[in-house]
Amino acid sequence: MEKFTTHTGIGVPLRRSNVDTDQIIPAVYLKRVTRTGFEDALFAAWRGNPDFVLNQDAYRAGSVLVAGPDFGTGSSREHAVWALKDYGFRVVLSTRFADIFRGNSGKQGLLAAQLSQEDIELIWKVLEQEPGTEITVDLEARTVTCSDVVAQFQVDDYTRWRLMEGFDDIGLTLAHEEDISAFEKSRPSYKPTTLPAKHLPTAPIKAARPIALPIQPV
Amino acid sequence: MAGTLAEKVWAEHVVRRGDAGAPDLLFIDLHLVHEVTSPQAFEGLRLAGRKVRRPDLTIATEDHNTPTLDIDLPIADLTSRTQIDTLRNNAAEFGVRIHSLGDADQGIVHQVGPQLGLTQPGMTVVCGDSHTSTHGAFGALAFGIGTSEVEHVLATQTLPLAPFKTMAINVEGELPPGTTSKDIILAIIAKIGTGGGQGYVLEYRGEAIRALSMEARMTICNMSIEAGARAGMIAPDETTFEYLQGRPHAPEGADWEAAVAHWRTLRTDDDAAFDVEIELRASDLEPFVTWGTNPGQGLPISASVPVPEEIAEENDRIAAERAIEYMGLIPGQPLREITVDTVFIGSCTNGRIEDLRSVAKVFKDRRKNENVRVLVVPASARVRLQAEAEGLDQIFLDFGAEWRNAGCSMCLGMNPDQLQPGERAASTSNRNFEGRQGKGGRTHLVSPLVAAATAIRGTLSSVADLAADDPTFAALDVAELDGSPLVPLDPRVPMQV
Repeated sequence: MEKFTTHTGIGVPLRRSNVDTDQIIPAVYLKRVTRTGFEDALFAAWRGNPDFVLNQDAYRAGSVLVAGPDFGTGSSREHAVWALKDYGFRVVLSTRFADIFRGNSGKQGLLAAQLSQEDIELIWKVLEQEPGTEITVDLEARTVTCSDVVAQFQVDDYTRWRLMEGFDDIGLTLAHEEDISAFEKSRPSYKPTTLPAKHLPTAPIKAARPIALPIQPV
Repeated sequence: MAGTLAEKVWAEHVVRRGDAGAPDLLFIDLHLVHEVTSPQAFEGLRLAGRKVRRPDLTIATEDHNTPTLDIDLPIADLTSRTQIDTLRNNAAEFGVRIHSLGDADQGIVHQVGPQLGLTQPGMTVVCGDSHTSTHGAFGALAFGIGTSEVEHVLATQTLPLAPFKTMAINVEGELPPGTTSKDIILAIIAKIGTGGGQGYVLEYRGEAIRALSMEARMTICNMSIEAGARAGMIAPDETTFEYLQGRPHAPEGADWEAAVAHWRTLRTDDDAAFDVEIELRASDLEPFVTWGTNPGQGLPISASVPVPEEIAEENDRIAAERAIEYMGLIPGQPLREITVDTVFIGSCTNGRIEDLRSVAKVFKDRRKNENVRVLVVPASARVRLQAEAEGLDQIFLDFGAEWRNAGCSMCLGMNPDQLQPGERAASTSNRNFEGRQGKGGRTHLVSPLVAAATAIRGTLSSVADLAADDPTFAALDVAELDGSPLVPLDPRVPMQV
């Protein structure tokens, strides 16, 4: 994972609360089997509206999203983080993030930085009065600077450390492989396993049919 | 030391305590996999030359994309077909058990685990799906994870996890007739909000919860995520043990005795403290419906669409204005006067055999409203077979409903089962987000009983409204419709089609 220390980019004001992951990326875009190429899917429904913030030239190249409270609620789809990253976002600022979204962000190097609502309001004002204003996010100092607004943000120490070092979680865990093996040996025998599969009596499956529609003459 | 249920299960799974602010590393007992959130995880393993560490603690099924019609034909949507083929190939390559379309144990992942007896008390259960909280109904610590975490669990059978806070939700009293566990959870979410549970594991407690069947408990835990919680749990009891005993993967013989003895210890100690406690009186509840575009925007069915000007908090007012506009509603309009186009009965929230039985009871010898399309989608192929064995499918068809094959279906519209722009649904599913059930679609979340009554009247309705319209309905004991000891799906009965 790429190391993250500071980032400077255009701020995008998204004046909405409860931006759920179905809004960030609708389910129809989840059918891909790749990890990249989701930029067109980001906020797909809203981008149909010419007034939507990302359709305005000044914000189009934004990389710091400034959103209302409860960002990333709903489904666990990591595609939401991929779509934000593929579009070019490196940072999301909000007063509150859904737990799964925040976890997914940390794993993908997208910084989910938590600010007070007052600071978000101040930044929104700057970005709306002067579209295209850049925001600087300093992860080491945990500060956001946008014109004359300087705000502290919260991010947990562990996520901050991993982002700054660019560490990959699986590698970190596998360093403790012997702890895992020891734990496995201590598990009680009644815990279930999926293999060998124990089956119920098998049943022939034929397609269920809906009500018969009027048959069209050929 | 005194502990809550969640803390006890956590403590039993710590592989390694995190040092200096690092999270604890927890062992995962069961990993459920489906086609949408796994392809990139398997690809990650392949690129890193890693194996699935514990294929014997992993199980895959196809649910999100699967069509509910013509399952005997190739899947028409090419991208859906590719995603399902990718899962099948990955399962074969990495040695993971899979239940594919056409298999009696194919279905929504959160039904498949419990029906096979793989979900048991005191386990840690994860899946790349936020509704994994469903399994908490068994007293398991179960939560949704992202694709990077899916890859992490596949590779290591563990997850690094920051500690949760705990919240008790005490539901005392008895549910009034015609209300269900769905109404309990919708009322909880309306009370604490979609962010109210953030950072918490919820434990549902109290007389009203204890009285619920396993399936009704699953409905409550399922929607914990809609309150923002990481997980929801209910302490295991005789209801839990009875549901599990005899299922294919339930322990047997001496193992069963040892397991039950341990499961009985999985309860919050009397002197343990929760970080937060919430109270709700079940007897005050009436059927709940959502009017807006997040699951917290719900009200009792006798209420009216909110008037935004009367909402003091600015963000809530703006959210309400936006939701009312999207939903095409009029502020102050009684909820009972809202006309729907589609009724969807199904999903991991309410697509189980008890849900289908309660709906069939309302539908029997009646016809649907002529302006309403009614879709009934069982949560798994096994549920479908059982419903057919009980003759429920014929009741649905006679009613004028469509009887479909198992899957997530219109809950999220990844398959062809979608709402058209502007179309309005009463849905037994879990999310009413903008466009969730199809671009421009409008969703009202309801219980199976409200869905059934709505299918008859064409407007959002409770079963009590049916009785008011139709004297013959009063003869049907509505008290018997839910909360009564319905026979759980019996896996021991061979299915014949």
